[in-house]
Order: sequence, then C-alpha cells, then structure tokens
Amino acid sequence: MEITADMLRNTATRLSSKDFAQGKVVTAAWNPNLQYAWDDGVAIGRYLKGLKEGRIMAKKCRKCSRIMLPPRMFCERCWRITDEWVAVEDTGTVNTFAVSYVDWAAGRLGKGRRPFTPAVIEIDGASRGMGILHLVDEVKPEKIVVGMRVKAVWRPQTERVGAITDIKYFKPLK
Amino acid sequence: MGKRRVAIVGAGMTKFVRRALETPKELAYEASKMALDSCELSLKDIDAVTIGTAPDAFDGIHMNGEFLNDGSGAYRKPVMRNYVGGGTGVYAPIHGWFHVASGMFDTCLVVAEEKMSSCHPHPAGAFLTIFDHTTEQPLYPTLIWIFAMEMHRYMHTYGLTKKDIAPVAVKNKKNAMDHPAAQIAQEITVEDVLNSEVLAYPVHRLDISPTSDGAVALVLAEEHVARRITDKPVWIDGVGNALDTAYWCTRDLCYPQYLEVAARQAYDMAGIREPHKEIHIAEPYDPFTYKELHHMEGLLLCGKGEAPRLLADGVTQRDGNLPVCPSGGLLGVGNPIAAAGLMKVAEIFLQLRGEAGKRQVPGRPTTGVAQAWGDLMQVGTVIVMRT
Repeated sequence: MEITADMLRNTATRLSSKDFAQGKVVTAAWNPNLQYAWDDGVAIGRYLKGLKEGRIMAKKCRKCSRIMLPPRMFCERCWRITDEWVAVEDTGTVNTFAVSYVDWAAGRLGKGRRPFTPAVIEIDGASRGMGILHLVDEVKPEKIVVGMRVKAVWRPQTERVGAITDIKYFKPLK
Repeated sequence: MGKRRVAIVGAGMTKFVRRALETPKELAYEASKMALDSCELSLKDIDAVTIGTAPDAFDGIHMNGEFLNDGSGAYRKPVMRNYVGGGTGVYAPIHGWFHVASGMFDTCLVVAEEKMSSCHPHPAGAFLTIFDHTTEQPLYPTLIWIFAMEMHRYMHTYGLTKKDIAPVAVKNKKNAMDHPAAQIAQEITVEDVLNSEVLAYPVHRLDISPTSDGAVALVLAEEHVARRITDKPVWIDGVGNALDTAYWCTRDLCYPQYLEVAARQAYDMAGIREPHKEIHIAEPYDPFTYKELHHMEGLLLCGKGEAPRLLADGVTQRDGNLPVCPSGGLLGVGNPIAAAGLMKVAEIFLQLRGEAGKRQVPGRPTTGVAQAWGDLMQVGTVIVMRT
C-alpha cells in the first residue's frame, strides 16, 4: 500500500514559533543542572600527569607494536594489557581540520569572533595515524592546510593542572 | 544455524517536522497503528516489539524506551529498546530480525521514534557528552566539527572540491518533493549549497540534514506467517552491523572500514558477491552530503573515491542505473535520528513492492540495501532486502 499525503495529514502536527507566541501551546520546562565528577582512570590519569609535566605520554602494545594515543591500559586490537609508557614529541601533523562558526550547542559565534579551528593532529613519535583532537591557533584559519606541521603551545608550568587544556593549542612549526 | 526467513509485511510513518505537537509516544502510536493497518493486523497478532530511539538526552526522559513502550504497542509484551546513535534506525529492524529469525517470535513490530525538539537551546548540545569526558570535552567539541573534519579528510584524500559533493543535496532535496512525510524538500542548485551559510568549513548549511520530530514503524513476520498476511512480502535476506573504537582520532577518516565489515556480513548472508551489480537500489545514510558518497564506498557499491563520479554521471539519480536515496534521504525528508534510518528501510520496502508512488524507480528493482551510521562516527548498520 502506498503511503500517501492524505494518510499522513493527521500525523505529527507541525508547530510554528507563532503557535508559541500566541499561547496556543503550553510547554513545561525543566533545568536539571546535574553535575558529574568523572574519574580520569589509570591510563588517562598518567597521561594527565604527563601533561602537567609538559610531556605527552603514550602507551605501547608490544604485540602489535603500536604506540598509542590517547594512552590506554589495554590494546583493543590484541585484547591484552599494554606494556611500557613512551614519552612522545609535542609536535605533529594536521591530519584534518575544520573552521567552525558554531559552538558546542550549535550557537552562532557572531561577527568579530575568531572561528574555532579544531584539528586531528598526528603526534610525532606515536604510531602512524595516532591522532588527538585539539585546536590550532596563531595562524589565520585560511592558512591552515592538511599536512601542516604543528607544535604544542603549553600553558606556563605554574598554570598547568593536569588537563588536556594544559596545551593551549597547537601552532605552526616554523 | 537454523535461521528462519523473515519478511517485512507492513509500514507506517508520521510526517517529519521541525517541532511536533505530539509527544514521543503519540508519534510512536501514529506510525505503529498505520503499520499494523497497512497489513490488516491488530496488536494481538504481534508477538514482540523492538523500539529504536536515540539519546535520552534529547527527550530529557531517562529510560525513554520504557516511556515509549505503550505508544509502540508493547503493553504487556516482550519488548527491547536498542540504541546505536544514528545507526539505530537500521539496527532496530536487524534487532527485530533476530527475534523472528531465531524462532523465538513469529511477528515483531519495529518502532523507531525521535523527538529532538524538546532539547534547548539546540539538540546538538546533547551530543557534547558523547565525547571523551577527560581528553575531548574540555575543548567543547560539537558533532559538526568532527563531521567537517571527516569531510575535509575525504576531500583532501581524493582531491575533491565542494562542487563535487554539493549535488548530493540538490538530488536528495528534489527527490524528497515526492515524499509525503518530507520536512525540507526543495529545488535548489549547487550554487545555493555553496552560497549557504558556512557552519564549519567545509560543511555549509545546505550540506546538513535538519533536526526533526517523527516516527516510523514496520511489521516483520516469519515466512509462513508472512505469506498469509501478504502476497508481496519483502524478505530481509542479509543483516550486518559493526562498531569501531571510540578513539575516532585514531581511525582512517576517509574510509568507513567498520561499514565495509557490516556490509560484507549482510552481503555474505544474502549470497551477494558483486554488490555494485547485484544491488539495484540503495538508501545509504545521508545526514551530511559527503556521507552519502562515503557510505556508497563503504557499502562496496563503487570503489574508494569513485562515488563522486557516479553522482556526476547521474548514475545515482532516481532514473539512473543505481538510484541512491530515492526517498529524498535525511537531507530532504528530514532527520528524526532513529526514525530517519527506519524511513530508509521503509523506502526500500515500498520501492521493491512497486508502491513508492511518484518516487517509484523504473526497472522493477528486486534487491535493495539500506544503511545507517552513527555514534562517534563508528557504527555501520546494514540490511539487504529482496522481493
């Protein structure tokens, strides 16, 4: 049986902004304001300690020889406990990036604000393809290219708290 | 393994709209009732129900599956809710297939519902918590960022421009003009796409599907039961799904390997060796323009990097050799997440029965594939159907 417009006429009643402005529809609102405290875990805990010290720490799996970022306590491919910690470089290569004019809740940034320039950065010293999400700055968005070499810009030691934001962003490697 | 053959025997849906008056369970009821009516069954003929709905955070209702249960016809029946993000809408009928193929139940009502409009200021905000809470959330990412980055990697790898990809939006929004549930069907040009607002380069406004409210339902039945219900059963001959790691920055962003794994499962089950020749019609998941192309490649409907050429050559038009998203897809019909995926399965069902009305593709297709994708760009769900 074909599904026709006639059959759908009385389904999903379309509401417009006017319906709300004119008080035709009553809504109930709720702001739960829940808060969470996430434990950083074994592997990421060590990673954060490294960031506080100004180093990027990766974990190696001896079976597949991958040096992994973000570090993990088990190798998802070999399904075994990972082995030694490896300090990798704070430089890398832009695998891909975006120039975003929207914030995390799809709000527009508005005129005059620098767009976000998030990137997947493959870190030197980790296995090929091991990238992390971070931001690129100190460069005009239109000058960023895939394959660009970048280096971490760290917060001053006294301001580091053991967070991914201890790296402020990555900047082009001159 | 003694699997029983399973058919789709009925389909129903609501319109897709930006904001619906109806509650989630009211939407689920409308689609479910229509699906049962379409094959002249009543609720007492249904042995089990499977419900697909995406994050509880959209609705602000924890355990949304339980909340939807009575609207979905599951009152005092065996019911399970499933959720793999955007992949949910095609996972739901796979899940229903498990129930019937296993011999546990003879019939299963598959219901997919999404009401995104309850979440303010924008449902996109609900996605912040899918990112790693320690290594990614402090950077305040949004899904649009990561899709923009995936699209960019795809363009970079194959030397594509925005112009090569924009015709997906033109095609799908036009196809949707013939779909009675469509939310944003329109005739646009490639220039309109390129001139639309840049949200996160390379993603423009018209590269992206809308947020939507809506529901879709299907009725599944075991072979002998199905033949009593209808003389036009559409068989589910292959199912597949695979989930990649959540370390999305570690994956090859220009090729959805996890989707190939899922597709090969489904094709192997259906005995399909050369999908590009044996599949007549496809509904790959198209929440963004580039995703239709990405998914055609992951579904092995063409080689890596070849989908843009098929698009340019008109092969994927409704009257082309391989119609792709003849429904109008998420870009044209709308994207109430789980319901959008099931809409694709419903489209292949209607097309294979010759009941797609003005959307009907020529040439009496007998084999089709529908697919969805989601979570942290990591899940592929695939279903192969035949007359």
